[in-house]
Amino acid sequence: MRSRVEGRRDVVVVGGGPAGMAAAARAAEMGLDVLLVDEGRRLGGILPQCIHPGFGVHYLGEELTGPEFAQRLASRVEDAGVDLLLDAHVPEVRWISHAEKGVRVLSPGFSGEVRTGAVIYAAGARERHRFEIGILGDRVAGVYTAGEAQTMMDVYGILPGRRVLVVGSGDVGMIVARRFALEGAEVVGVVEIMPYPGGLTRNVVQCLEDFDIPLLLSHRVVAVRGRGRGRVERAVLVRVDEGLRDVPGTETEVECDTVVVSAGLVPRMEVLRELGALIDQATGGPMVNDRLETTVPGVFAAGNALVINDLVDHAAEQGEQAAEGAAEFLRRGGIPATDWVKLRPGEGVKLTVPQLLSGERDVWVYLRVARPVRNARLSLRGAGKEVRLPVVRPAEMVRVKLMAGEVRRAKVGGREVVAEVYGG
Amino acid sequence: MGVRVVVVGAGVVGASVARVLSRYEGLEVHLVDANPDVGWGVSKANTGIVHGGYDDDPDRFPLRAELCALGNEIWHRWVEELDVPHTWSGALVVALEGDQRRELESLLERGRRNGVPELRIVEREEALAMEPNLTQEVEAALWAPTVGQIHPVRATVAIVENAVDNGVRVHLETEVRGVKVEGGEVRGLETSRGFLEADVVVNAAGLRADELADMAGVEFPRIRPRRGEYWIFDRSAGPKPRRVLFPTPTPTSKGVVVTTEVSGHLMIGPNAEDLPPDAKGDVGNTAKGLEEVWERAGELWPRLPPRRLVIRTFAGLRPEPEGGDFVVGNTEVWGFVNAAGTRSPGLTAAPAIALRVRDALVELGIELREKGEWKATRRDIESTIDLGWRERVERARDDPLRGRVVCRCNLVTEREVLEAIERMRAVGVRTPSIDSVKFRTGATSGTCQGSFCRVRLVELLAREFGVPPWGVTLKGRGSEVGVGDVKVLLRGASTGGEGSEE
Ligand SMILES: Cc1cc2nc3c(=O)[nH]c(=O)nc-3n(C[C@H](O)[C@H](O)[C@H](O)COP(=O)(O)OP(=O)(O)OC[C@H]3O[C@@H](n4cnc5c(N)ncnc54)[C@H](O)[C@@H]3O)c2cc1C
Repeated sequence: MRSRVEGRRDVVVVGGGPAGMAAAARAAEMGLDVLLVDEGRRLGGILPQCIHPGFGVHYLGEELTGPEFAQRLASRVEDAGVDLLLDAHVPEVRWISHAEKGVRVLSPGFSGEVRTGAVIYAAGARERHRFEIGILGDRVAGVYTAGEAQTMMDVYGILPGRRVLVVGSGDVGMIVARRFALEGAEVVGVVEIMPYPGGLTRNVVQCLEDFDIPLLLSHRVVAVRGRGRGRVERAVLVRVDEGLRDVPGTETEVECDTVVVSAGLVPRMEVLRELGALIDQATGGPMVNDRLETTVPGVFAAGNALVINDLVDHAAEQGEQAAEGAAEFLRRGGIPATDWVKLRPGEGVKLTVPQLLSGERDVWVYLRVARPVRNARLSLRGAGKEVRLPVVRPAEMVRVKLMAGEVRRAKVGGREVVAEVYGG
Repeated sequence: MGVRVVVVGAGVVGASVARVLSRYEGLEVHLVDANPDVGWGVSKANTGIVHGGYDDDPDRFPLRAELCALGNEIWHRWVEELDVPHTWSGALVVALEGDQRRELESLLERGRRNGVPELRIVEREEALAMEPNLTQEVEAALWAPTVGQIHPVRATVAIVENAVDNGVRVHLETEVRGVKVEGGEVRGLETSRGFLEADVVVNAAGLRADELADMAGVEFPRIRPRRGEYWIFDRSAGPKPRRVLFPTPTPTSKGVVVTTEVSGHLMIGPNAEDLPPDAKGDVGNTAKGLEEVWERAGELWPRLPPRRLVIRTFAGLRPEPEGGDFVVGNTEVWGFVNAAGTRSPGLTAAPAIALRVRDALVELGIELREKGEWKATRRDIESTIDLGWRERVERARDDPLRGRVVCRCNLVTEREVLEAIERMRAVGVRTPSIDSVKFRTGATSGTCQGSFCRVRLVELLAREFGVPPWGVTLKGRGSEVGVGDVKVLLRGASTGGEGSEE
């Protein structure tokens, strides 16, 4: 497929992972002139490195592997007539006016500024690394993030090590642990600082128990040790109490040549921050309204660049929502002014998205709870809504629909909806 | 035949000596180091400050006092000639209480004696006007406008590249194990790669200078490692000071600095912790040391960013010679010349130490005539991140590889990586390592710490060095990034054998 790059666009989508592909496809299907820019040499974002199944159950109604899911969306992008620019980095988006932006692109094929009416920022997330989670000690080889280890194995064909310790028991951590076991490496353990596993029970069984990989809860890796300019030889663990403080005298050492850090993701915010978008400390992503528009008019966000998702389905869905928001923005010359209702996390809730609600449309609300709760009562105080959920866990994003009328109730009150979760 | 000079140690000091000596006719200069690349000893992990020269007491530490002030002056020229990343930001030495102010006055007096220009004590209001985020507890400060910062490894690389351009030969991964002395004169060096003849040996061995002197039978003060630890924040994290901020110094150290280092990151450190003599490889970080740094830095800069904006911690070892002063010049063995004892401010003093070594050669009766043709300048790899948008686009249109961004956080393109690899080769790097590229380009040292681009560097290094990707190292042999291809263990299991060789 030959793509045109030059010329003004209706929409430029930055990032070709699931969110960006869904956004680009949807926008083009609505008749908009769309350019999709991605750093990779192929579309898919992090999907091509996720060769395990579990993708698309909600969004496509069938269970696919990462590469398969990416392939589906990529065909849709192509069919919709989206122009593609791959192997291309966007270091900056320039504000020209509320209705005009300049997307700056560097790539071997095209470098320059692409003018556009709307931008959908779907550049994904980066992984938290060793220094952010306080792993001290020696600066030796053999410490990788989970995604990096996956890429080494599944894209470049490199086996990073023989004896592997995984830090973090989220789904990614457990899946990487199994990935190593499948290649004959010895996984000496998965270490989790919380008193419960970070990922789905299904993964605890299928990735750890089925492979006899020990899960060490309430522990943290404090240091890696190795000699001189060599590789990791040991990791130092310590037990933590309920307050996540180190328990003195509980230090132990584990022999390993590789430490894989799977300590969660952080939305990539450099470009949006430079643009002046307000960042929500709870999500690490931009503050958005119910069109997924950031506080910079005409700039929308979706996927892990908006909020860290555990399901690709949600990321893709946000891409579509952002595309619809961008289409409305272009059609009406901007999102109409209104007295926005603020949605914020309260008791038992860690984060909520979107942060601003208009009350003019029904909206999907995404939220993450602070700790696992059985027979949970989710209250959206201010909107007078309550939902019962059999179980909620920090690992799984909760998604509920808030009706326009419910949001409007908050307009007479404090102009605020607070999400709270209670047990029993 | 000319005089063969072998400089042992390709840190900033040995590199400076090699560059200075490369200027003369009739000298054949060799630079030897055990490490896989230049500048990987003490010169790799330090504060990177070109000190003003007001700290060192000329009565107690005459060499430090003289060579620091002179080194500062020379660096102003060298950074231009060699295109070394730098800032002449100036420094404030901050006094918090009454008796600390007296300390400022004695620094001022020392600076005056050492010939440091433009020093001035500023009062609280002026200090706060200069640095609005400085602690409100400030009472006065010594303003030292000549203080600057350089990227220490890039500086060392720059010096070596220029030296090589002027005929110096570099031998890396070459460990010196013995010094051959006959009739009181140096004859050569026993190395891990065989015997190297030498008429003159320059001891620029940093932490191991005492051991090298032992090999020659030359008396030398013992060197103890003194550890210093640091925190570096994300580029976005602030507030950042415009100038280097020091507390008032103590007898052992200039104290924990708060500074915006040359690539624009807020950095705090170092503390000073004396380690046993056998801990010369102990550059790991400790919670205790780092907490101390955090606390001290907070005293100067109360608005430290949150911990989650830390992108890296590191530690360095100062080679502390007994007696405290540099050890530079001729010795009881003819041809064995010291350029050592290089505790702080050794980075600052390096060019001046090199001039002293040249003088020592003259003292030995070696005739030094300047070459008719000597190249004074060297250009750095052009960093995309330092360019404006127009220039970035122009470069990328002329050269597609200048448009392919490998390291997203620091905007390092494939061309810069390939140029780094070419330059690694030019100074004799044999083992492909990620750190060699990192120190030349900044790749992997940004917000994500390489989780995106490390593997891309591996791919390029493997291709250019003709090795399999798993054989690429982080920092030299023994630090290979992988153990083999992805099926190596499964294959090993089915044949009952072990996996691949590393
Ligand atoms: C924490 C810290 C902060 C500092 N801050 C500053 C500062 O801000 N400003 C300043 O001016 N100074 C500072 N310094 C001091 C400065 O870093 C050093 O003085 C300087 O880098 C010393 O350089 P060098 O070339 O002597 O040593 P090195 O860089 O260590 O070079 C010596 C080399 O010799 C090699 N070698 C040793 N033995 C052998 C052998 N037998 N065979 C082969 N090779 C051998 C080593 O591999 C090494 O590469 C600081 C130091 C530390 C540790």
